[in-house]
Amino acid sequence: MAVMISFSSVSKFYPGGFEALKGVTLSIDQGELILFSGHSGAGKSTLLKLIAAIERPTSGSVIVGQQNIGTLRRSAIPYLRRNIGMIFQEQKILYDRNVFANVMLPLQVTGFDTKTSASRVRAALDKVGLLAKEKADPVTLSGGEKQRLCIARAVVHRPTILIADEPTANLDSNYARDIMAVFESFNQVGVTVLISTHDRTLLESARHRVLELKQGKLVA
Amino acid sequence: MSWFSQHGHALMRAFRQLAGTPVTSLLSIIVFGIVLSLPAGIFVLLENLSEVSGRATDSQQMTLMLDTTARQADVELINTRLEALTTIEGFRFVSKEVALDELKQENGMAEVMHNLGQNPLPDAFVINPGRLPANEIEKMQAMMQSWPKVAHVLVDTDWARKLDAILDVGRLVVMMLAAVFGTALIIVMFNTIRLQLLTRRDEIELSKWIGATDGYIRRPFLYFGALQGLLGAALAWLLLYFMIIRLNEVLAELARLYDTTITLHHLSWRDSLALLLLSGALGWIGARGSVARHLAQIDQESSVS
Ligand SMILES: Nc1ncnc2c1ncn2[C@@H]1O[C@H](COP(=O)(O)OP(=O)(O)O)[C@@H](O)[C@H]1O
Ligand SMILES: [Mg+2]
Repeated sequence: MAVMISFSSVSKFYPGGFEALKGVTLSIDQGELILFSGHSGAGKSTLLKLIAAIERPTSGSVIVGQQNIGTLRRSAIPYLRRNIGMIFQEQKILYDRNVFANVMLPLQVTGFDTKTSASRVRAALDKVGLLAKEKADPVTLSGGEKQRLCIARAVVHRPTILIADEPTANLDSNYARDIMAVFESFNQVGVTVLISTHDRTLLESARHRVLELKQGKLVA
Repeated sequence: MSWFSQHGHALMRAFRQLAGTPVTSLLSIIVFGIVLSLPAGIFVLLENLSEVSGRATDSQQMTLMLDTTARQADVELINTRLEALTTIEGFRFVSKEVALDELKQENGMAEVMHNLGQNPLPDAFVINPGRLPANEIEKMQAMMQSWPKVAHVLVDTDWARKLDAILDVGRLVVMMLAAVFGTALIIVMFNTIRLQLLTRRDEIELSKWIGATDGYIRRPFLYFGALQGLLGAALAWLLLYFMIIRLNEVLAELARLYDTTITLHHLSWRDSLALLLLSGALGWIGARGSVARHLAQIDQESSVS
C-alpha cells in the first residue's frame, strides 16, 4: 500500500509558546481508516489541521501525498485542500443559505458547472440520508442532521482523504454508530479516513487502528 | 471551468451582493453619483464655454486705427508695410468716409452722425491674420503699435483669449477636484468592502478551508467595487442630463430676449465613457486595497495559510 500521509518528529508551537504536538512520527497508508483518541487538549485537532495545511509544523516534516506541508507554497494550498474533505469540530455551516447550497460550496469553489454540481450534491445528500431536506434552512436541522450536512459537504467533491474532527461529539450513541457506518462506507471505496474522537463507543468497536495522543505525544 | 464562466460566476456573486443589501448599495451609489457630478458638471460647463471661445478665435480680426492727423502718405506707408507681412492672410483699408457711410446704415445712427457735424472716425485697416496662435498675434499687435501715426491696434479676440486663460484655470480646478473627490471615493469603497468582508467572514474562512484560491475569494469584491463605480457614474451622468435640460429651458428664454440661441451640450460620448471607466476604476482600486488588507488580516487571525 502506498503511504498517503507521513509525519516525522513533528512539533507544533502555537504563538505564545504552547507546544501542542511534541515530536510526532506516524505513517498512514492509502485507504486506511484511523481513529485518533485522546483527551481534550491532547492535540488531535492540531494534528488534523496540519494535514490540510490549516496550520504549519514548527519543526519536523508533514508529507501528504507527495507534498511537504511545511514548505508548500501558499498558492498551492487550495489545490492540496481540494483532495481533502474536512468535517470541522466547529461545523462552520453557513446559515444564509439552504442545505443544498451549503453542500454545493466545495464544487462552486473549484468551478464545477451547475448541472454536474447539482447531481453530485444530491448524490452526497442521499448518501448521508438528507436528500429530503435539501431545501431546508440549516437552522431547522437537528444536531445529527447538521453533522450529516457537514459530511455531505466534505465528500461532495470526492476527496481522497476524509478528515473528521470529533464528528460524534454531542450526538447520542445510536446516532454516533450511524455516522461511523457512513465513514466506513466511504473507506470501503478507497478513501483514506481520519477521525478524531474521545467517544468510547467508537473506540470500543476496535476494528480499526487507533492512535492515542497524550499531551501532544503519540502513545501506543 | 473556463476563464469566462469563472468571471461570469464572480460577476453574478457581485450582483447578488449588490441586490442583497439594496439600501446600503443604493446609498453608496448615490454618494458616488453626487460626488462625481460636481467635477463632471464643471467640466461640462467648461467644455461648452471653450466651444464658444473656439468659435470666436476661428474668426479673429485685427483693426489698426490711424491717428486723426494721418495723411495720405502715412496711409500708403502702412499699406506697403502690411503688404510686406507674409504671415497675415489679408487686409483691407477702410477710410473714415467709408466707415462713416457704414455707420450711417445702422438704425438710428444717421441722425446722430448728422448732428455731429464733422466725421469723428479715423482711417483704419482691417486685418485678417488667419489662424495664428495668440502669442504671434500679440507680437504683431505690439509691432504695429510702434508704426508711425498708428493710434490703436485692436484684436477683437482679446476676450476669447482671456476666456481661454480662465478656462485653463477652470480645467486645473476640475483636475484638482477630481483628484480629491476620487480619493474620497476610493476611501468610501475601501470601507464598504471592509464591512462586507466582516459580515461574510465565516464564508470566506470556510471557502479557504475547502480549497478556494485567493483569486476566487477576491474577484466578487473587485467586481462589486467596479460595478458600484459604474452605476455611480451612470447616476452622475443622468443627474447632469436633467440639469442640462432644465438649464437649456431657462437659457432658451434668456436667449430669446437677446435674439440669439444658446444651448448647452452634455458630455460627448467619449467623455461619458471616460467618466464611466474612471469611476469604475476608482471603485475597483478601493475594493482591491480593502480586500488585500483585510484578507491578509483574516488569514493571520485564522492562520489558514
Ligand atoms: N490557535 C491556537 N493558539 C494557541 N493555542 C492553541 C490553538 N489551538 C489549539 N491550541 C492549544 O493547543 C492544545 C491542543 O489543542 P487541540 O489540538 O485543539 O486539542 P484537541 O483537539 O485534542 O482538544 C490545547 O491546549 C489548545 O489550547
Ligand atoms: Mg479538538
